[in-house]
Amino acid sequence: MSTPEQAVPRFRPGVKLRFDPVRKAWVVLAPERLFLPDEQAVEILKLVDGARNLGAIADDLAARFAAPREIIIADVGAILGDLAEKGAIAL
Amino acid sequence: MTGFEPPMGLIVELTHRCPLQCPYCSNPLALERVGDELSTAEWQRVIDEAAKIGILQFHFTGGEPTARRDLPDLVRHASQAGLYTNIITSGVQLDDRMMEALVAAGIDHIQLSFQDVDPENADRIAGYRGAHAKKLAAAARIHAAGLPLTLNFVVHRQNIANVPRMIALAEGLGAARTEIAQVQYYGWGFKNRASLLPSQGELDATTATVEAARLRLKGQMVIDYVIPDYYARRPKSCMGGWARRFINISPAGKAMPCHAAETLPGFVFPSVRETSLAEIWQHDPAFLRFRGTDWMPEPCQSCDRREIDWGGCRCQAFALTGDAARTDPACELAPDHAVMAAAIAERGDAPADFIYRRYGNNDAPAPLKDAVS
Ligand code: SF4
Ligand code: SF4
Repeated sequence: MSTPEQAVPRFRPGVKLRFDPVRKAWVVLAPERLFLPDEQAVEILKLVDGARNLGAIADDLAARFAAPREIIIADVGAILGDLAEKGAIAL
Repeated sequence: MTGFEPPMGLIVELTHRCPLQCPYCSNPLALERVGDELSTAEWQRVIDEAAKIGILQFHFTGGEPTARRDLPDLVRHASQAGLYTNIITSGVQLDDRMMEALVAAGIDHIQLSFQDVDPENADRIAGYRGAHAKKLAAAARIHAAGLPLTLNFVVHRQNIANVPRMIALAEGLGAARTEIAQVQYYGWGFKNRASLLPSQGELDATTATVEAARLRLKGQMVIDYVIPDYYARRPKSCMGGWARRFINISPAGKAMPCHAAETLPGFVFPSVRETSLAEIWQHDPAFLRFRGTDWMPEPCQSCDRREIDWGGCRCQAFALTGDAARTDPACELAPDHAVMAAAIAERGDAPADFIYRRYGNNDAPAPLKDAVS
């Protein structure tokens, strides 16, 4: 699925990204649901603030991780697209 | 973190008091009395213990949780402990004051239950005149407060034809999530099974409606759909497996792996008044009894789904076979599967009158067989 770089993702109402000190892991808490995102998804979700668009999120990740920007943007789109389908993210 | 993996959610029945009388209520037949309920301070201690052992989501339910005046205080306490807070309510007491107090306390999500879309039928099922109108007002309040709204429709033969209108109502009210949940047949639902169980045809039509709506509303509204086990080929993974993800606590503080577990004979469930949640989760014999796969009989023991559905529901196995340690009869592979067809055959052409959920309505019960034949 391809999402335009200008799209600004945000957490839908009632959805929270939180660090759980017991599991020592990040969790996404949502109405009657919870997700345990993997490391890559966590890095992306930490940048979801309702202001940055997909392109800006990819720029930030590309500057910090050794991977080509095209691959990163595709991953960002796929991971956020998946969470959008599950009702956790609005795109 | 040592021992068994931490539980995800705590389901807290704050009280069994409720102005409604739904004939499928998930509360036990023997409703607990107000005098036995845990105090505010006791619940606050339970909340602290829950946060410490890794509970992530806290579900306040009942009865009607808003019947407890201290609900906002408990929500605040849970929210400050870092827990995700959810309320499951009938909404008839959710006035402006309660709503403001809950928002100020930091409530994350409210799930509002509906009996139908047709007001007259909804009020009849709830056993409470005017309930439906009050629920619509509550939905508007939740939405106006900017909170995510989930509508929960409990579906059965006396409202199943209205499922398309239920989905439309949820859309109209701006719900982010809707549950189309068929009655689960334990306790009160089991007592009223012949009046509630839909036909195969009704179920199939509903499944098709839900599938089409899910496609249409993708990314806008999530629809969770639960079918009755009586028409399933494999059981559901009840509570995500016995004592694997949830702890349920009764108003008087009894801790159980699920709300229906009280029906099981020979169990002594621990009280949070005497035992810590950590101790209960890791060591209580009732919690360990059906955790994992060691307890399983055949055909589960050698089945490749045994860690997917965990052998189905223990309470259903007991209700339908008299033995909680048998394979859930909902499974086609279960030796007792024929009891499902027998129950469907008992439905009859017209539903019998409801036995409403209320204090005192369980004192002289007709055995189920007499009530339905
Ligand atoms: S199912 Fe009905 S009677 Fe039972 S607690 Fe909920 S609203 Fe009250
Ligand atoms: S045999 Fe047991 S484990 Fe296998 S599908 Fe049926 S209930 Fe589940």
